[in-house]
Amino acid sequence: MKKILLSLALVFSVTLLFAQQTYPVNGSYDIRQGTYAFTNANIVVSANQIIPNGTLLIKGQTIQSVGTATSIPKGYVVIDLKGKFIYPSLIDAFTSYGLPEANRVSGPRQSIFTSTKKGAYGWNEAIRPETKANTFFAADSKKADDLRKAGFGTVNAISRDGIARGTSLAVTLSDEKENSTILNPQSAANYSFSKGSSQNDYPTSLMGAIALLRQTYYDAQWYGKQKEEYNISLEEFNKQQNIPQIFEAEGWQNVLRASKIAQEFGKQYIIKSNGDEYQRIEAVKATGASLIIPINFIKAYDVEDTVENRNITLAQMKAWEMAPTNPAALEKAGIKFSLTTQGLEAPKDLWTNIRTALDNGLTQKQALLSLTEIPAGMIGIADKVGTLEKGKLANFIITSDSLFKKENIIEENWVQGKRFILFKKDDALKDTTNKVIAKTAEPKNKDAVGSLIFPFTAFGNTTPLKQESVLLKNATVWTNEKEGILQNADVLLENGKIKAVGKNLNTGNAKVIDATGKHVTPGIIDEHSHIAGTGGINEGAQSVSSEVRVADIINSEDVNIYRQLAGGVTTSQILHGSANPIGGQSQLIKLRWGKLPEELKFAGADGFIKFALGENVKQSNFGTGARFPVTRMGVEQTFVDEFTRAKEYKSELAKKGNTVRKDLELDAIVEILDNKRFITCHSYVQSEINMLMHVADSLGFKINTFTHILEGYKVADKMKARGINASTFSDWWAYKMEVAEAIPYNGKIMHNVGITTAFNSDDAEMARRLNQEAGKAVLYGGVPEEDAFKFVTLNPAKMLHIDNKVGSLRVGKDADVVVWSDNPLSIYAKAEKTFVDGVAYWDIDRDAQIRKEQQSERARLIQKMKDSKDKGSKTQRPKAEQKHLYDCETLEDYSLELNEMERTHDHE
Amino acid sequence: MTMNKYILTLLMLPLGLSSFAQANISPAKPQDKKTIVMGAKLHVGNGKVIENSYLIFDKGKITGVGDATVARIDMTGSTVIHANEKHIYPGFIAPTTNLGLIEISSVKATLDYNEIGDFNPHIRALVAYNTDSKVPATVRSNGVLMAQITPQGGTISGSSSVVQLDAWNWEDAAIKKDDAMHLNWPVTPKFRNTGNRPVVSADVLKERTHNLLNALDQFFAEAKAYAETDKPAVTNTRFAAMKHLFDGSQRLFITAAGEKDIIAAVKFAKKYGITSVIVGGDEAYLITSFLKENNIAIIVNEPHNLPDSDDSDVNMPYKNAGVLANAGLDVVMGMHSYWQLRNLPFMAGTIAAWGLDKEKALQTITLNTAKVLGIDKTAGSLEIGKDATFFISAGDALDMKTNKVEQAFIQGRDINLDNLHKQLDKKFSDKYNAGKK
Repeated sequence: MKKILLSLALVFSVTLLFAQQTYPVNGSYDIRQGTYAFTNANIVVSANQIIPNGTLLIKGQTIQSVGTATSIPKGYVVIDLKGKFIYPSLIDAFTSYGLPEANRVSGPRQSIFTSTKKGAYGWNEAIRPETKANTFFAADSKKADDLRKAGFGTVNAISRDGIARGTSLAVTLSDEKENSTILNPQSAANYSFSKGSSQNDYPTSLMGAIALLRQTYYDAQWYGKQKEEYNISLEEFNKQQNIPQIFEAEGWQNVLRASKIAQEFGKQYIIKSNGDEYQRIEAVKATGASLIIPINFIKAYDVEDTVENRNITLAQMKAWEMAPTNPAALEKAGIKFSLTTQGLEAPKDLWTNIRTALDNGLTQKQALLSLTEIPAGMIGIADKVGTLEKGKLANFIITSDSLFKKENIIEENWVQGKRFILFKKDDALKDTTNKVIAKTAEPKNKDAVGSLIFPFTAFGNTTPLKQESVLLKNATVWTNEKEGILQNADVLLENGKIKAVGKNLNTGNAKVIDATGKHVTPGIIDEHSHIAGTGGINEGAQSVSSEVRVADIINSEDVNIYRQLAGGVTTSQILHGSANPIGGQSQLIKLRWGKLPEELKFAGADGFIKFALGENVKQSNFGTGARFPVTRMGVEQTFVDEFTRAKEYKSELAKKGNTVRKDLELDAIVEILDNKRFITCHSYVQSEINMLMHVADSLGFKINTFTHILEGYKVADKMKARGINASTFSDWWAYKMEVAEAIPYNGKIMHNVGITTAFNSDDAEMARRLNQEAGKAVLYGGVPEEDAFKFVTLNPAKMLHIDNKVGSLRVGKDADVVVWSDNPLSIYAKAEKTFVDGVAYWDIDRDAQIRKEQQSERARLIQKMKDSKDKGSKTQRPKAEQKHLYDCETLEDYSLELNEMERTHDHE
Repeated sequence: MTMNKYILTLLMLPLGLSSFAQANISPAKPQDKKTIVMGAKLHVGNGKVIENSYLIFDKGKITGVGDATVARIDMTGSTVIHANEKHIYPGFIAPTTNLGLIEISSVKATLDYNEIGDFNPHIRALVAYNTDSKVPATVRSNGVLMAQITPQGGTISGSSSVVQLDAWNWEDAAIKKDDAMHLNWPVTPKFRNTGNRPVVSADVLKERTHNLLNALDQFFAEAKAYAETDKPAVTNTRFAAMKHLFDGSQRLFITAAGEKDIIAAVKFAKKYGITSVIVGGDEAYLITSFLKENNIAIIVNEPHNLPDSDDSDVNMPYKNAGVLANAGLDVVMGMHSYWQLRNLPFMAGTIAAWGLDKEKALQTITLNTAKVLGIDKTAGSLEIGKDATFFISAGDALDMKTNKVEQAFIQGRDINLDNLHKQLDKKFSDKYNAGKK
C-alpha cells in the first residue's frame, strides 16, 4: 500500500504550471516552468506551411511562438533540432481509448421487451444518449504509450456501445490526471446501427435499428414540447444535438443509409466508415458527409492451396487489391476525411499502411491533414491542437526526417508540453521497437490495379450497361394483352419503353436481334422475394413492426439480382419476413444490376406492407414463446388492437396536429386506413384467412393480397367477394403443419373462381425459374398456357398496382422484356436476354464472356497475392464469405451478428 | 356410388382426422391378365426410343417390347391399351430420399430419418418406412414409382432399402432390402468470415476432422476383421451389420462434396475393397478422369440449387450433371428431400435443357439409378424380363408443361393415381362449380 502511495506521489510531485490546481500535494511542490526552445528545426506548422530552420518556443503546455528569427528569451531550455522536423502531433477522431469495452450480448433472444436499466430512462437500452464518456473515462497508460509511439497526441474517446451512444470526449495522451488532459468533455454525440450491449430484443435487424433511431429523433422533438413525461434519455438526446454528430456506419451502403437519416432530421453526420468508399465514390460524395476512415487494409489471402482458393470470391480479391486506393480516391473526389487507427492490430501499423496509401496516390499533404487538422475540427478542438500555432497546445512530434519517409523515426512526442522520448540513438542498434516504421513496407503497387466493377462483386460490369433501341424480330410474342400470343411478330424497344409490337415492324435505328424460333415475353415479376436486402429481413422482436422499412436496407451488391435476371425476373417485391403479425414496409425493386440501392427502387409505385398469420407469427417453431401472440386467437386481437389504436391516433392528429407524438408504427397503419399503403398478408390455413377478412371488414381496411395463401382454395369465394388477390406457391407443402393441406391445384382453383392469382418464390433459388413454376399451373389443373404465364407477369403486376407500367407487352409500357429459347412455361426454356428499361442486364452470350474474363482476373489477382506473400507481406487464410439468403422464416439477429463480428475481430 | 359417398364422408371429417383422408387409396391388386400397350412413344430408359411401340406384360413382367410398325401381335385374351401420341417411361426412381420417414418437417413426432450416434451401420431405414404416408401418392402421380429409402445422420447413417410406392406395408414395398450403407464423409467446414457460432480456429476444425477420419478408419478395419472372424467372442451388432459391405453384396454410398474429400472417400472404399458411390459430389466436375478411372458413379444434387459461390457460373447447378455425364461418368439424379420428389422428372428435364441429351437425362432417373441401386435386373428400363413398372404420360414427362401421367403400373399392377391433393381439389372445385349452377 505504501509503495502505491509513493508512486502516486511521485507522479504528482512534478507538475507543470497548468496542472490541476485543486489537488493537494503530499510534500513540497515541484512546479516547473516548462519553457523550451526548439531551434534549427524544419517546423511543419500545418499541412500548408513549413518553416525551414525555425524556432518553436513553448511554455508549459502552450506554444508561445513559431518562426524563424525568434530570439530566445532567458530561462529557456534550448534543444537544437538541426536537420530534424517538428510536426503537430496526430489526432485520432475515433478510438475507444480509456473506456471499457462494451459487454456485447450473445446468444438467443431472451424476450426482454423493455429496458432493464433502473431509473427514468428511455424504453430501449440501445438508445443511451445519457452515456457521458467523460464521466467514466480513465487514462490508460499502456494504450497511450502505443498511440504516442505512433505519433498521436490527442484522441477522441467514444463509448462504442448502442445505437445512440451518448457523448465522447477529446483527450490528450499526456498521462497526466484526467482533469488536465480532457480537452473537450463532450466532443461529439455518437451513433451506430448496432445495439451493442442492449439486452432488449428490439431491434434485431438493421432496418429495426434505423427505425428505432428515427423514432428517437421524433420522440425527442415531441419531448421538448410536452410536460407529462420525464425521460433522461430524451432530455440528454436533445442536449447533445448541437455538438458534432459522429455515426459509425460500416461500408458505403451504410454511409448512404446514415446520410438518409441525417437528411430527414436536418443533421450532418461525420461518418466513420470502413474504407470501401472507393467502390461508389460519387454516391458517397453526394451525401456531403465528412468521413473517418480506417486504414486497416485487407491482408492478402494465402493462395498456396488451390482448393481453398475457390473459397475466395472475386470481390474479396479485388477489395484486397483496391482498398489501399481508397484514401487517394477520397482525396481526388474532394471528400473531407480523417484517418483513424481503429481496426488496426496496433497503432504502429498505421505507418506501413499510410505508406501503402501514399504509394497508391494519396498525397502527403492530405495524409497530414487527415491526421491533424481535419480530425481536430471534427471533434471541436481545432482551437487547441492540429497545427503549431501560437496559443495552441504544445502537442507535437519530433522526427528524424520528413514524416512520411520510410526511413523516418519519430524521436520524441510532446504532449501538452510534456516530453516523451521515444527513441534514443543507442536504441537503434539493439532494438527497433521504437522505430514506428515497419521493416518491410508493403511492396509498391507498381503494376496496375484492376478496374472497378459495378456492382462490386462477380458479374459486375466495368462500364455501365446502356439502354438500347432494339428490334426483336420474328418471335413468338406473348403480349399478355387481348392480342394474345402472336406468331412471327416483332417487338421494338426504344428509350426504355416498348415502342411497338406487331408484324414486320420498321427497323429504324434499332439494333435488330433475330428472334426466330424464340419466345418474347414481359419480364417476370416476383410478388414475394427477400433478395437484395441486408442486415436481416425480419424485425420480429415485437408483434407489430410497421415502422421498419425494407427500403432502408436494399443491397444493390447481391449476386442474386444477377442470378434472377438469368431467370427472366425484372421486378421483385422485397418483403419483410413473417415473424410477426404486422411486419415491415415492403420495397418494390427493378433488377437494375449495377445501379445504386436507391436506383433499384421502382419509382412511383404504391407502398405496401407485410402482414402475416399462422405458425410463424405465433412462433410455433422457434423462440421462447413469451412474445404475444402464441395462438391464432391472439393474432386476431393483435390486429384489432393495432387498428383501433391507429384510428384513435388518426383522430388525435386531426384534432391536435403536430403536438401529438409522431408514431412511425401507427403512421404506417393510418396509411393503410387511408388507402395509401397496401397489405400483402402471408397466410396459410382457412380459419386465419377468414379471420383477417372479418377484422378488415369490421375495422374498415382492405386486404390487397394474400401471399402464400396455401388454403386459399378453401375460401376462394370469400376472397373473390372482397376483391383480394392471391399470390401462392405452385406446389409447396408438407414442411409444416399449416401446409398439411396445401395443394398444387390451389392456383388453378383460385384462378377459376376469378381471383387475380400469382405464383411467387419467397426463395432466391426458386425465383430463378418462376416461369417453370407457372408451367406447373398447366400440370396441376390444366390452366391455359397464356393464363398460366400471367401468374408470374401480369397478375403480380396487377396486385402490385404497376400493371400500367409492366406486366404485358403494350406500347408505352416499360421495356422489361425477356427473350426465351423456348416456350417459357417449358422446362427447356432458357432466358437468353433479359431487358429492364431496355437495358440488357442479362445476356447469355455476354455472360459466357464475363465468366472468361473473370477467370483471368482471378488468376491475375491470385498471382499478385502470391507475389505479395513472397515479398514478405502478411497473409490471411482464405475465408468464404457468409452468405445471407433470406426467406420469410429467416430470423437472423443482425445485432448479434455485429457483436459476433466485433468479438471475432477482437480475438484475431 | 357407395364409394363416392365414402370419400365425401371422410373428407368432411374435421382437420384433426385428416390423416385418414386418403385411406381409400388402396394398393392395386396383382396383374391378372396379360396387357398390351400399343402405339406409344416408348422411352426404354437405356437411351433408346421406340417411336411407335408395343409393350406386352404379364404376371408383372415385361414379355414383349418393340417396334409396332414391324411386329405382328396377337392380342387375343389380352387387355389392350391404345396409347398413340402418348409416351411410355420406365417408372422413375428416387435415390437417397427420406420419403416415408418424414411426414411434416416441422413436427418432431413425424421425423424418423435421423438417428443419434456417429457410427450406426446397424440402423435400417426400411422398418420405419411408412406406406400410409400421404406423400408417396403425390409423388407417383408424376411418374416416380420407386425410391431408395435412406437414413441420414451421424457419420455412418445405416442401410437404405429400395421400395416401390404402392404397398400395404414396408415388407410388401421392399424391392431390395438393405441395398446400401450410407456414409457422410467427415469434412472440415468451410472457414467462414462471420456468423453466430463460437470462434473455433481453422486448426481446431482440421484436428477434429482428422480425428474423426482416424476413428472411421479404425471402425472399418475392425469391422472387416470381425467379418473375417468365424465366431466372434462378443457379438457386435454394428460390425455385424457391416458384413455385406465386405462380401460385396452391399454398396457404400458416400456423401462428399469437395474435390479432396471425394478423392479421399473413393480411396478409402477402395482400400477396403468396397464398391462405392459418391453422393452429392459438388466438385466432382474437377476430377472426372479420376472418377472414371475408378469407375465411380455419382448421385448428383438436384439442379434446383444455387451456385456454391458468388463467382460460380449462375447456371452451373443446371449444367453440372451434363458436364459429368458427358465426361463419361454414370450420373444419377438425386433429390435429398421427400415431398419435392414429385419434381424429380423436371430435374432430369432441367439437365436436358442445359447440355445433356434428353434420353441420357432420362437415364439419370431410370436405368442409371437402377444400376447404382443394384436393381437393374428387374427395373430401370423397359426390357423383356424386367418388372412391368412404368407409366403412360400424355406428353413429355420431363417437362411440367406436358407431364400428364394417365396410367401407371408397378410390377404389372395398375395403380390408383389418386392422392390427397387431387381429392382436395375435387372437393373444393365441386363446391365452387356447384355454386355456379
